[in-house]
Parts: sequence; structure tokens; C-alpha cells
Amino acid sequence: MEQDIAITNISLDLIGQARNFYQYAATLLNTQKVSSQIGGGSLEQAVTEDSFAYFRKSPEFKNILMVELPKADWAFTILRQFFFSSWQNLLFEKLKESNDAQISAIAVKALKEIAYHVRWSSEWVIRLGDGTDESHERMEKAIAELWSYTGEMFIPVHYELEAVNNGIGTDVALLKESWMQNVEKIFSEGRLSVPSVSVVHTGGKEGKHTEYLDQVLKELQSVARAHPTAIW
Amino acid sequence: MKKENEHNIEEASLNEEKKIWSILKDIPDPEVPVLSILDLGIVRSIKLSQYPPPNDGDWDIEVIITPTYSGCPAMDMIAANIRFALLQNGFKNIKITTVLSPAWTTDWMSEEGKQKLKEYGIAPPNPKQQVCNNELFAPHEVVQCPRCNSYQTHRISEFGSTACKALYQCDKCSEPFDYFKCH
Repeated sequence: MEQDIAITNISLDLIGQARNFYQYAATLLNTQKVSSQIGGGSLEQAVTEDSFAYFRKSPEFKNILMVELPKADWAFTILRQFFFSSWQNLLFEKLKESNDAQISAIAVKALKEIAYHVRWSSEWVIRLGDGTDESHERMEKAIAELWSYTGEMFIPVHYELEAVNNGIGTDVALLKESWMQNVEKIFSEGRLSVPSVSVVHTGGKEGKHTEYLDQVLKELQSVARAHPTAIW
Repeated sequence: MKKENEHNIEEASLNEEKKIWSILKDIPDPEVPVLSILDLGIVRSIKLSQYPPPNDGDWDIEVIITPTYSGCPAMDMIAANIRFALLQNGFKNIKITTVLSPAWTTDWMSEEGKQKLKEYGIAPPNPKQQVCNNELFAPHEVVQCPRCNSYQTHRISEFGSTACKALYQCDKCSEPFDYFKCH
């Protein structure tokens, strides 16, 4: 139950970080008076964080595929968190130096939270990998399932490169080496090995998703879409 | 004459600001109601501007707040409570601005706040230097039991009932308690 609370706390942090980005994006769009086409229809009213969360269709979401995969075994949940948090930690360390003050502020704030996520998930990868035969086996199964989704984190798409050129973003390809070193270190402590799979699933960052994202959005957006004028 | 006016406005502004701080002092944190939002260090500053006389009394007020955690669900409620409290006290033009930088830290919690937390049964955050250790499987932070003051306690979970707390148990009096973790 304690770990259930932990994963919920981590989700809360991540939702908060996403809200910070969405709020900032809304401010930018509203000040630039860009005619927004969110959700396929032009919105007369001002864009808010909710426009991004509740009224975009799946191709408008630009996330890596790994994070939209459905829940599975606990080992899978832990491993995904570990892969993601270790990457996010490296990414936000770079975003700290962004020449956009608000992006930098969001990153600095989030890094304090990410430190907890990295430590917690790393400990669990080791604990399960170096635990019982059963937990070790499940961890290996999770690695086999998830590994081909990790490559996408390090392949920049056009808007990421544009952000690099503007000094706002960072080149994600350069994060790979540190990330791999950390994974190898944690895996060796957990008696796990890095697979030699070369397949990389991509497309999420360009809006080409698995069918799972639609399922997530259907649930997430159901209330907002049923009552689009509701105020809370 | 002009100078005197400016001086008066400045003084009036200071008085108004004092008044606003004392109103904010009574607004409780929704998740840890024993603490006020000032004890937590959530309110960073107040900005006041006044239209010159004869429109005096019409103050533009901006309250700058900062979240403890990115995902703190209490922030929207805190902003609303600040607005209500100021409206109730006759202020009209109120703006609440959330800033993320510099990021909130437990160092901003007042000594009075720490004392109140302890009396409430929540162990207050330890001073910074001891903590925020990112080493894996590091020994748990030593936290004093808020009930019996024993240092023989152990951590049950790094994540507690809210984002800002961890769960501990005292080995001496067996009491489980929340620890407001270092951040």
C-alpha cells in the first residue's frame, strides 16, 4: 500500500509539472494571439491549460510512446518509471540552462521532485532484480517489453531541434550516453543485463500513437467533453 | 506639495501592506490547517499601487505566491482563499500571481510554523545540511518523534499522505507519524 501511495505521489508531481508547462504554453498562445486550432475547431475563447489536457485529439499529443503503454506488472511499472525519471532528470538539468526563464524555472522546481522519483525507482529496480527468482524473472520480462521504447527518448524531432537552435531546448541525443551509464550501473547492482535489441519504436513525438493513447484520453477527457462549458 | 503627496502615498502604501500581511496571516493551509500560508512561506511578496488622489482607496494589489510542490493540489484553493479574505476586507483590485522561481524550500518555513507542526503531531523538516541525499539505500534521515521526542524512529515510506510528507514510526512509543520532508 505504501508503494501504491508512492506511485500516486509521483503521478501528482508529474501532473503538476505538466500543468506548469501547459499554463505557460497557454500564456504564450494568448499573448501572441495565434489563432488556435486545438481539437480541430478554432476556439473563440482564450486558451487555458485545460484546452491542452482535455480538448486535444491524440495526434496533437507529442509524447514518447513508452509513457502511453497500458499498466502491466509491478516490475513493468517500476522499470518504466526508472527509465523515464532517469531521462527526465538529465533533460531537466539541461533545461535549467534554457534561455527561456520560465522553462528554466519549471525545470528547477521539478528537479527537486525528480530526485525522489529517480531514487525510489532505482532502488526498486535493484530490489526486484536482486530479489527472488520470481521478481528477477519479472524484471527481465519487463526489460524485454520496454527496451525497444527507450530509444525514442534520444531521437530529436524537428520542433526539438528548433528549440535547440533557439537556445530554449537541448539536444536529447546528447543525453543518451549518461543515461546508458546510469542504467548499466543500476542494472548491474540488480543482476540485470542491458539487452542487445536494436529495434526502436518511434512516432509518438510526431503524433503517431499506439491505440492505447486513445483509450487513456477517452477516460481522461470524458467529463470535459460531455460538459464543455462546465466551470470548476 | 508634490513631494508631500508622494510621501503620503508611500506611507499609506506601507500601512496597507501591513494590513494585508496581517489578513494573510490568518489564512490556513488547506492540507496542514495548523499552519498559516505565511508559516509555510508560500506568500513571497505583496505589490501595491495606488491611483493618486482623489481616487485614493482604490489599491491595485498583487500577491505573489509560490507552490511547495509542482503538483500541490492546494494552490488553487489557497489563491481563492487569499482573494476571498482580501475581498471581505474591502480590497477590490486583486491579482494573485504564481511564481516558480526561486523554487520553494522548507528553509522558508518559519520557526513558529515548525513549532506548530510539532505540537500538531507532524515532525517538522530537518535543517537542510543533513538531508536531500540522493544516494541509493542511504540510511534514513534521523527524525525526532513529535510525541515523545525520541530519536529512535524509522521511516515506513518516503511518500506519505500528501506530496510534502513522509511516513515514520517511533520505535520507543510506537506511534506512527508524518514527517514534513526536506525539500
